[in-house]
Amino acid sequence: MYPMIKIEGVRHAYKTPSGPLPVLDGLELSVEEGGFVAVVGPSGCGKSTLTRLVSGLMKPDEGRVMLHGEIVAGPRSTVGMAFQNPVLLEWRTILQNVMLPLEIVPTKLTRAQREERARYLLALVGLEGFEGKRPSELSGGMRQRASLCRALVHKPEVLILDEPFGALDAFTREDLWQTMHKVKEREPFTAVLITHDLREAIFLADQVVVLSGRPARTQYVLEVPDTGPRDLNHLYTPEAAEMLAILRHQIEIAQGRAPEEEPAT
Amino acid sequence: MTLRSVLVPMVALIMFLLFWEGLVWANGWPNYKMASPSDLGPAFTKHWQLFLIMSWQTLWRTVAGLLLAVVAGTGLGMMMGFSRLMRDALYPLLVGFNAIPKATVVPIVSLMFVGAHDLNTVLIAFMISFFPIAVSVSIGLSTLEPEYRDILRSLGASQATIFWKIALPKTLPEFFGALKVAATLAFIGTNLMEIVSPHGRGLGALFDSGKTNSDYPLMFAVLITLAFLGIVLFYVVVALEKVFAGWAER
Repeated sequence: MYPMIKIEGVRHAYKTPSGPLPVLDGLELSVEEGGFVAVVGPSGCGKSTLTRLVSGLMKPDEGRVMLHGEIVAGPRSTVGMAFQNPVLLEWRTILQNVMLPLEIVPTKLTRAQREERARYLLALVGLEGFEGKRPSELSGGMRQRASLCRALVHKPEVLILDEPFGALDAFTREDLWQTMHKVKEREPFTAVLITHDLREAIFLADQVVVLSGRPARTQYVLEVPDTGPRDLNHLYTPEAAEMLAILRHQIEIAQGRAPEEEPAT
Repeated sequence: MTLRSVLVPMVALIMFLLFWEGLVWANGWPNYKMASPSDLGPAFTKHWQLFLIMSWQTLWRTVAGLLLAVVAGTGLGMMMGFSRLMRDALYPLLVGFNAIPKATVVPIVSLMFVGAHDLNTVLIAFMISFFPIAVSVSIGLSTLEPEYRDILRSLGASQATIFWKIALPKTLPEFFGALKVAATLAFIGTNLMEIVSPHGRGLGALFDSGKTNSDYPLMFAVLITLAFLGIVLFYVVVALEKVFAGWAER
């Protein structure tokens, strides 16, 4: 059985006028089907490059990116993406925005079934009654919920979340974390979450990967123990405090602000 | 349309005409110096058939030039919007071409296509009006945030699909903004040809005949007709904008 996502020895450099700029140097990642991995690391360390590799928008210079044991050679319709900027299309209603991927991806669904699927997801994230609104009529948090629905509407195997909650206020963000858990219960997907928020990482993910500073390699992997359904109180337990302390320390190492220690075994 | 949106411009128009009439009356200007609005009525009634024919000729050639400008401007804009190379190559050429006063191009064009008056006029209307369209389409396309492209590209959508579903509709507000400018510019182009190199057709020719016959109220009446046609075409563009890019209004 292959892991859902497998990244092996990936190196990549961008071409710039002043020569190649290496961004990834020895990236390793493995996520089982249904897993949820959060990727954290210093700013500009190549996290977004990672999402472009997994989604097939880019090919690495070296190494392999595999989904289901198959090398990713280009974009594939089994991937859904959501970004920090919800990028909803202003000329479409929320419902039409959510249905957009179904116009691209080959599907056997009739128009009515597609609409039903979009309405179901919108209700799941708490946007029932907003189907006919324009994106500009919604708050930032609501737009991000709609963007999440659009990423999921074609039932992707892999959901790529590139700091989707980064621009939201703290309360809205926590609301959306809980929505993510609710969605995860109903929709089967394997998720890669790029984030700067360590609490978000341990609240949502079962595996947190710390990348080093640029060029990024996998510096540390933290397994978040499965203790059943999570609520926000889990963030205030001694176990959570300990995980956050470890991650913070790892980030400091990645930023070059703390001496690297031998990894604890 | 509300009563207000009709009433406000009407009142403004009437106030403008009164001001004009008052200005001529107060200065005691004869009509060969400055015709007053009350001189225009007789000019229109005397030549109303000519006004209808000439207006139509000016209008259709302006619209034809504008349509050509939309096609060519959108094409150029797409080339420059999608390709950096084309943008670098074409921008200086376009700016240079736009900087040439079109009045100087009129004799060249009239010599090139001697006698083909319709074609000449349409060409000048086109040349003067395609620039804003090309620039706005190219800016609209080249400033498309990469995430918009990525949401469709990551699903395996083709470039053509991305263009139809995202790039084109997203560029429409800029396109219509430019089209409003282009519509009025196209009238200038048409009349430039009709006045500088008259072939006896269009409002420009009527203006010219007013000049030759020292019929000054007729000349002013032509100017007012041109302004009226410009307003009509402008609002046609506004109506199209409402239909195709009404979502952009907040």
